[in-house]
Amino acid sequence: MWIAIGILTLMGLVLGGLLGAAARFLAVEENPLEEELKALLPGSQCGQCGYVGCAQYAAALAKGEAAVTMCSPGGKALIEVLAKKLGVTADLSEHEEKGPENAFIVEDLCIGCTRCIRECSTDAIMGANKLMHTIIIDACHGCGKCVKVCPTDAIVMIPVPVTLANWHWHKPETGNTPSQPEVGHAH
Amino acid sequence: MTIPTSSGPFTHASTSVQKTMFMVLLALLPATAFNMYLFGWPAIFLFAVTIGSCVIIEAGCLMLAGRPVKVTLADNSAVLTGWLLAASLPPWAPWWIGLLGAIFAIAMAKHAFGGIGQNVFNPAMVGRTVLLISFPVVMTAWVAPHPLFSVGAPGFADAIAITFGGHMPDAMSSASALGHIKTELSRGIPATQSITQVPDMMDMALGYRAGSMGETSILLILAGGLFLMAKRIISWHIPVTVIGSLFLIAEIFHTADPVHFTSGTFHLLSGATFLGAFFIATDYVTSPVSKKGQLIFGVGCGLLIWLIRNFAGYPEGVAFAILLMNALTPIIDRYTRPRVFGRDRKGEPLALSKEKP
Amino acid sequence: MKLYPVRGGIHPEYRKEQTSEKAIVLMPMPAALYIPLQQHIGAPAEVLVKEGDLVKKGQMIARSQGVISSPQHAPTSGRIAAITEVAAPHPSGLPQTTIIIEPDGKDEWAVLPEPIADPFAADPHLIHERVAQSGIVGMGGAAFPSAVKLNLGTQKKLDTLLLNGAECEPYLTCDDRVMREYADEVIDGARIMAHALGTPRVVIGIELNKPEAITIMSKAASAFAGVEVIGVPVQYPMGSERHLVQAITGLETPARKLTADLGIVVHNVATARAVHHSVRFGRPLVSRVVTVSGRAIREPNNILTPIGTRITDLIEFCGGFATRPESIVNGGPMMGQPLASLEAPVVKGTSGILALTTEEINDQPTSSCIRCGSCVTICPCGLSPVEMAAFIRKDNLEGAAKLGVRDCFSCGSCSYVCPSHIPLVHYFNYAKGMLSDLERELRKNDRVKTLVEVRTIRIEKAAEAKKAALAAKKTAAAPAATPTVDEEKTNA
Repeated sequence: MWIAIGILTLMGLVLGGLLGAAARFLAVEENPLEEELKALLPGSQCGQCGYVGCAQYAAALAKGEAAVTMCSPGGKALIEVLAKKLGVTADLSEHEEKGPENAFIVEDLCIGCTRCIRECSTDAIMGANKLMHTIIIDACHGCGKCVKVCPTDAIVMIPVPVTLANWHWHKPETGNTPSQPEVGHAH
Repeated sequence: MTIPTSSGPFTHASTSVQKTMFMVLLALLPATAFNMYLFGWPAIFLFAVTIGSCVIIEAGCLMLAGRPVKVTLADNSAVLTGWLLAASLPPWAPWWIGLLGAIFAIAMAKHAFGGIGQNVFNPAMVGRTVLLISFPVVMTAWVAPHPLFSVGAPGFADAIAITFGGHMPDAMSSASALGHIKTELSRGIPATQSITQVPDMMDMALGYRAGSMGETSILLILAGGLFLMAKRIISWHIPVTVIGSLFLIAEIFHTADPVHFTSGTFHLLSGATFLGAFFIATDYVTSPVSKKGQLIFGVGCGLLIWLIRNFAGYPEGVAFAILLMNALTPIIDRYTRPRVFGRDRKGEPLALSKEKP
Repeated sequence: MKLYPVRGGIHPEYRKEQTSEKAIVLMPMPAALYIPLQQHIGAPAEVLVKEGDLVKKGQMIARSQGVISSPQHAPTSGRIAAITEVAAPHPSGLPQTTIIIEPDGKDEWAVLPEPIADPFAADPHLIHERVAQSGIVGMGGAAFPSAVKLNLGTQKKLDTLLLNGAECEPYLTCDDRVMREYADEVIDGARIMAHALGTPRVVIGIELNKPEAITIMSKAASAFAGVEVIGVPVQYPMGSERHLVQAITGLETPARKLTADLGIVVHNVATARAVHHSVRFGRPLVSRVVTVSGRAIREPNNILTPIGTRITDLIEFCGGFATRPESIVNGGPMMGQPLASLEAPVVKGTSGILALTTEEINDQPTSSCIRCGSCVTICPCGLSPVEMAAFIRKDNLEGAAKLGVRDCFSCGSCSYVCPSHIPLVHYFNYAKGMLSDLERELRKNDRVKTLVEVRTIRIEKAAEAKKAALAAKKTAAAPAATPTVDEEKTNA
C-alpha cells in the first residue's frame, strides 16, 4: 500500500511540476489577442458598445468582461467572428432586436453645416458647406455618430431596406418538433 | 393573394410516418399471428397487455411533455414498439413483464431522450434487455408450442391464471434451442450431440419450436421482410449483412471446431436472428442513415450476435448486439456521409480532369 | 450511346398529360405589358425611353448595363404608359422598376437588325453580339444572359454543346411542345450556337418520357453531321446542368467550376430557338412559350405569351380558376417559386405558371424526423439533408456550411420524399440566404475598416501639414497668410 501511495504521490508531483512549467514557458501572451480583436472591430470609434472606442472594447473583450454582441455596426457577421476567435457561443437573440441600419438625411431639415461630415469615420457623407448632404449607403455602416452631432435632427437611422437582391426565406416554423412544445402560445 | 410562407417544392410523395409504421405492423402480422396460434391464449393476453401499456405510457409521456397526444399517437410508433417488445418476450410470461417492459421501452428509452426520432437505443430492445437482466428466470421460461384449441393447450380460464395469476405450469416449460445447446456445452456435452435434441431444421424454419412470442416463424418473418423491401420501407443493406455476417462467421468456426460451435444454418434459424435482422436492426431512428453506414452496422450486429451467443453469459445475443451497434450509430453516421457532388471525401473541390471517373 | 449513372434523384408523379398534347396557342395582346428592367441574373437594364414615347415591336427600351446584363425590348408596338415600381414575379412580392407599355393593337415591328446571311461563315463574335443585343437569356428558368455563355469558347477549350431538353420538372411541357412543333428552328439555333462556341459536337438530351419529341428531333437532326439526340433516363433532377452532363459524359463537374471547364456548355432548347430567331430574322426575345397548368386552372395550355403579360391575364386566357388554388407557382412544382401577386408579369425565365390545389401539393403537417435516411439516399448532390437541417434548426449555420449546404441547389427532392414532411429545402434556402447575408456583412466590415484607415491617414497627414505650415509661418519673418489645409472641407 505504501508503494502505491508513493507512486501516486510521485506521479502527482512530476505531472504537477510539468504542468506548472508548461504554464510558465508556453504561456500565451495576452496582448496579441487584444490586438487581434481590435483589428476585427470596425475602428470607427462610435461608442455604441458603451466603451470609449474600439480599442477599449477590444481590451474588455480580451479580458472576458464584455459580451461579443455589443458592436452593432459590425452586425451578426462580426459577432460570429468574435465568438469564434474567443471560443464562446454568441447569444444572437440579444442582437436580433435591431437589424442593420443606415443613416438617412431628411433633406428638408439639413442646413449644410458639415458637422456630420467631420464626424463620419468612413467618409460616407457627401456634401459641402451650406449645401445639402447625402449618405453614400455603401460606405455607411450605421454607427450613428452623425445623428448625435446634427444640430437640426436632420439625420435618422433607418433599417437597411429589404430588396429583391438581399431578400431570402425566413426560418421555417418548427411546428410540433421536440424543441418547440406546443404550449403557451398566446393566440 | 397572400405572401407565400413556404418555399417549394409544391408536390410531395404520399408518404408519412404513420403509413410507414403501419406497413411495418402489417409486415409483422403474419409471423406474430402464427405465434399467437402456436402459444395460445396466454400469448394473446401478454401481447395485448404489452401493446396497451405502451400506448397508455406514450400518451402519458406526451401529456407530460405538453405535446399533442392524439396526433402523435396516431403515428403508430408506440404500437410498433409495443409489438416488437411483445415479440421478444416469453409467450407465457406474466402480465407485469409486459407492463414493466413498456415502461422501460417507452418512458426510459424513448421519451427520456426526447420522444420519437430522438432516442439513441431501440426502445423495444431496451425494454427486453432490462427485463432479461432484472428477471432472468421469468424471461427464460420458454414453453413448447401448444397451439390454440389443441389437446393440452391452456383454455381461456387457464390462460388468465397463467398471464394474470402467475401460475406457470412446470410441465410445459421447454428450453430454447440456443439455451439448450449452451447449457449442454457448459456440462461438457458437445454441440454435435446436443443439436440432435433440438427440433429439426424444418420445424425451426416453420417456427414449430420454443422461443419468444414473435420470433419463431422464420418463413413468415422473411415474407414480411421481403414485403417491406418491395414497398421500399427498408432496404436490403441491414438484413443481408446481419444474416450474412452471422452465417459466415458461424460457418467458419463450425467447420474448424464442430464440437464447440454450431453451424451457420442453426444460428440463422434459432433465436431472434430473422426478427432482429428484418424488423429491429432496421429501425430507422437507431440505425445509420447512409447505405454504407447500414452495411457496417449490419456486419457489426451479425458478428456481435455470434460473439455473444458463443462467449457471453446469455444464450441469445440479438438484443445486446443491436443495442451495442445503436450506440455506435452516431459515429458510423459521421464517418459514412456520402461524398458531395463535385468534391472529394474531404470536401475539397475535385481536381479538374476530363477523364471519366 | 452509353449513359452514365447519376446519384440519387426521385421519380415524382409527372402530371404532364394535362398539357403535353396541347399545341402551342397564341396569347391575344393584353391591355398592358409590364417589362421589368431585371429579368435575368446580373445588373438590371438601363431605361432608354420615357413616359409617353411611342415604341415599335422589337425596339430596345432598356439597354444592358455591365458585363453580365441583358437589354429589354418592346414586345409589341404602343405607348410607354409609365415607368414605375411593380411587384416582381417573386415570393416576396417586392417591387422592381418596370416599364409599362400600352399596346396600340397594330403589333408593328421596328426596323430590325439585318439577318446574318450565312451564320456558319460569320465571325463567332458577330453572333455573340447579336445574341446579346437580342436580350436572350437562359429560358430554362435560370435566366443567365446567353451571350456570356456563348462567349466561353474564347476562354476555354470546348468540345460539346449540350442542349437541355430534359424538362424533368413535373407539369411543364413547354420545351416538349417547342421541340415537337419547331424542331428545325431548335436544331438550327443549336448549330448556330455550336458555331459561336466553336464546338464540333451538339448533343440534345431529352428525357425518355417525351418519345414524340425524341423522334421528331432525331429526324430533324439526322440531316446534320455532329448533331445527335439522346434519350436520358426519367429521373428528377436530370435537367440540372451538372447532372445532365454527368449522365451523358460520365464527367463530374468539380465544385466551384463550370461544366465549360470540362469542355461542355449547356443551353436550353427554347434558348436555341430564340437564337435562331435573332440570327436568322433579327428578332429579339419578346415572347416565350409558357405552360399554364395545375388542377386549379380551368383549361391548362401551352401559350406563346408576350413578355410582360400579367399572370392574371394569362390565367384569365386559360379560363380562370376551376377551384381555389392553394399556391400559384412560377416555374415547375419542384424548383419553382410561389408567387405573392398575380399582377406580376411573365418574364423571360417563366417556363410555367401552375395553379395547384391542396391535394396536388399534398403537404402535411411537419412531424419529428425519424431518421429514415431517404433524404440522404436521394440527394443528387450527395449531401446529408437530415444533419444539415438539424444544424440549421439550432441556428448553427457554420455547421451546416461545413456539411455543404452551399452546394445544395434546392432541387427539392429531400422535401419531396420526407415522410415527416420536414421543409428541408426551406431550411437550406434560409441558411443559404443567411450565409450570404453574413458574407455581405463581412465584406462591408472590411470596406468600412479600409475607409476608416484611409481617413485616419488623411487626417494625420493634414495635421502634419498644418504643423509644418505653422512652423514655416513662425520662421518666416513676414507673417504672410499661408493657406491652411482644412481637411474637413476637402473631402467632398
